[in-house]
Amino acid sequence: MKQKLVVIGAGMASGRVLEHLTDAAPDTYDITIFNAEARGNYNRIMLSPVLSGEKTYEDIVTHDDTWYAERNITCRFGEHVVGIDRDAKTVAGENGAVAYDKLLIATGSAPFIIPVEGKDLPGVITYRDLDDTNAMIEAAEKGGKAVVIGGGLLGLEAAAGLAERGMDVTVLHLMGHLMERQLDEAAGYLLRRDLEKRGIKIITQASTAAILGEDRVEGVMLEDSTGLEADLVVMAVGIRPETRLATDAGLEVARGIEVNAQMQSKTDPDVYAVGECVEFDGHLFGLVAPLYDQAKIVAQGLLGETGAFVVKDVATKLKVTGCDLFSAGDFADAEGREDIVFRDPSRGIYKRLVIEDDRLIGAVMYGDTADGNWFFGLIKDGTEIDEMRETLIFGPAYQGGDTADPLSAVAALPPEAEICGCNGICKGTITDAIAEGATDLGSLRAKTKASASCGTCTGLVEQLLQVTLGDDFQMSAPQSVCGCTDLTHEDVRRLIKSQALKSQPAVWQELGWTTPNGCHVCRPAINFYLLADWPIEYKDDPQSRFVNERKHANIQKDGTFSVVPRMWGGITNADELRAIADAADKYDVPTVKVTGGQRIDLLGVKGEDLPHIWSDLNKAGLVSGHAYSKGLRTVKTCVGTDHCRFGTQDSTGLGIKLEKILWGSWTPHKLKLGVSGCPRNCAEATCKDIGIVCVDSGFQIGIGGAAGMDVKEVQPLIQVPTEEETIAVVLAVTQLYREHAKYLDRVYKWMAKVGLEWIQEQIGDLDTRRALVERFELSQSIYRKDPWAEQAKEPPKFAPLADLTLEAAE
Amino acid sequence: MNWIDLGSIEDVPLRGARLVKTPVGCVALFRTDEAEVFAASNRCPHKGGPLSEGIIHGQKVTCPLHNWVFDLNTGAALGEDGQIETFPVRVEAGRILLDGHAVGKRSAA
Repeated sequence: MKQKLVVIGAGMASGRVLEHLTDAAPDTYDITIFNAEARGNYNRIMLSPVLSGEKTYEDIVTHDDTWYAERNITCRFGEHVVGIDRDAKTVAGENGAVAYDKLLIATGSAPFIIPVEGKDLPGVITYRDLDDTNAMIEAAEKGGKAVVIGGGLLGLEAAAGLAERGMDVTVLHLMGHLMERQLDEAAGYLLRRDLEKRGIKIITQASTAAILGEDRVEGVMLEDSTGLEADLVVMAVGIRPETRLATDAGLEVARGIEVNAQMQSKTDPDVYAVGECVEFDGHLFGLVAPLYDQAKIVAQGLLGETGAFVVKDVATKLKVTGCDLFSAGDFADAEGREDIVFRDPSRGIYKRLVIEDDRLIGAVMYGDTADGNWFFGLIKDGTEIDEMRETLIFGPAYQGGDTADPLSAVAALPPEAEICGCNGICKGTITDAIAEGATDLGSLRAKTKASASCGTCTGLVEQLLQVTLGDDFQMSAPQSVCGCTDLTHEDVRRLIKSQALKSQPAVWQELGWTTPNGCHVCRPAINFYLLADWPIEYKDDPQSRFVNERKHANIQKDGTFSVVPRMWGGITNADELRAIADAADKYDVPTVKVTGGQRIDLLGVKGEDLPHIWSDLNKAGLVSGHAYSKGLRTVKTCVGTDHCRFGTQDSTGLGIKLEKILWGSWTPHKLKLGVSGCPRNCAEATCKDIGIVCVDSGFQIGIGGAAGMDVKEVQPLIQVPTEEETIAVVLAVTQLYREHAKYLDRVYKWMAKVGLEWIQEQIGDLDTRRALVERFELSQSIYRKDPWAEQAKEPPKFAPLADLTLEAAE
Repeated sequence: MNWIDLGSIEDVPLRGARLVKTPVGCVALFRTDEAEVFAASNRCPHKGGPLSEGIIHGQKVTCPLHNWVFDLNTGAALGEDGQIETFPVRVEAGRILLDGHAVGKRSAA
């Protein structure tokens, strides 16, 4: 008969236990799981990106309903456990009891609430779970002031997220510098400076005396009588193991539930405990890596095997975009310890290594954490560093005379080197999985879990893929443009600007292209970079363009083309429609299709007919719709205030204006815009590269939407009051994208690389914005033209050069 | 050999191509350098893509449909199992001359 397993708490640790258990022996246990939260297991580490808006809850769900259903796990989510009866071997939930043979307690931790007056006022929240996160998001929507009590990992992630969402944030920290458990003073200073740069106020040595307010929170009072206004107070001063059920059940509890190395309660071997509620050998656990180690041991125990949990060093990273820090090991000053310190003030980089007895025992890094895992490896393995001491701080690339090639560093790692700290996945496991056929990041994650939790090791995992697979792997991270050069797109863009390279031959020569004149991959990219950076000096090269852009029409699978005239903002009239209908008749167009971009596509036009159909359409005032280009495609609109009873602004008019300014511009990839007249969003503006939603008070401009292979919602860039400013912002962000993005990156991909915040800074600065608009206009003085009409001026050589068939028939 | 004058080399853009209709089908003329022209079948053996619309680089052309790359010297597809027919062509005094016999013409015009 199957044994009964009851699990209390559906967090990351117990989730991992269930994964191991159901993978290894799916039919051993009847499993019931309780969770006080009304949901299953999600990646709690990623709550900070949810708070900052970089991810949604759906992105971070680890186990959905289907997952539990497939494993026949009975879920009692949203139901509190009221007691454990160890004699009867039952667990009592609010809705009834369930018997167990084995019990797993995974109640996690509870936030520590500082016992001050006002701690229970509405508006005072903690930061532990999704409900807390949602409460903060909701509070942030109203704007106002937030005070975060606690300058540790969680508190700072909360503060950054709230600031990201527009709140005025102050962090109170009891100690002298931020994250004092993970950082030394110097790194704490750099972190503080970076956070202050983004508008977060930080008060250290701040002891909270009381939280003030009548019906809800209004402010915070410090011991030194400083008063701070607050619409929201987040308490993130620490956590303590949640042990109430265990204590009530008579289990041995110190700070946490006391367990042996098999993760069994010291009191009762049928009761296991895992995660943050556990105390082992005097240690408590808050980071995910040891939790996963524990989970493995619990699963083994439940299957009758014996493992033993060992406490290991852990490394920390902060998940605040733009604040790159890493710390591991012990870095307190002490006798017999020596430091190696590296600083680069202009780049905000600080690295410190702590050495004792010729071994690395601690590392703190800020600003550049690329070598963090390597240092962490040295700490864990107790490697003797005597021989590499001189160059140690420069990282693995400088050891053994290697060049600064990240790939050779990864290749040199031993199989047991840990790659994914969260999941404890070492290099050997990953390379084995690659050998077994997991040849891309997605399948590798599914198989090994490497880089599937916090994601900071994604780059390393990709490098491993590249090292193992060689040319078969398409890197998403730094990768050369093509086989003609070792330079990346970013390098090439930078060098084109810095060396003022203004022609393709100049690029090939000065940057050492290995082919005489590039290939089909690099030529379109270089052509774009040159025309984007030197619009006046560089002349667009049609022979470096994909056929669609050379022929100003989309090639179809049978070699015919599709022709799409522009309909400004989706508005047309009877004359235009008549001209389209006549052209369709005259050129035997087999298919006439209405497109998603609010215009009409004539499909199946023969190549040699193109100049003639263009000329006919031109006569009716129709111009190229650039439906073929890496450039402005369409500006989709709704009818706005013209006709709609909900419209708040003239969305159609704005769309037409934008399209008339932007058309003809080349961009790294296609650029689609939408303007909706109200938040009902009939123009689907929120899934466009740039989307504008009109509201009573002005125009909300979002960027980075897409509805293709990836579906993305726009991220809010800025809200502006006038149409004029809207246009300026759209032009500026388009120009910024043109100047910086990698060829063939849509806006959302570019945004993921440079960060929305950086874009906001550029656009928010009025001088920068103005300069961007000027450069856009300069470029448009060349490119805001109808290519169809241009081709008509100088008849393109689309017809055959000669026809030898007629003579042959004679 | 039966050299037929097809026109000036300036009628084919540098790193561009033009078509010639012949009894054996459409032949593409690829101008790979200032005074260098290759002639080959216009049809990609993969899915019939028009090679004259492809990007020309070195002495190679990339099919616009699915990026098959052909060496214009041999007609061999690089890294794929495929071949296009090539035809004798030369440039003399700025004129492009194609071998009429090779493209199925019986006699000189």
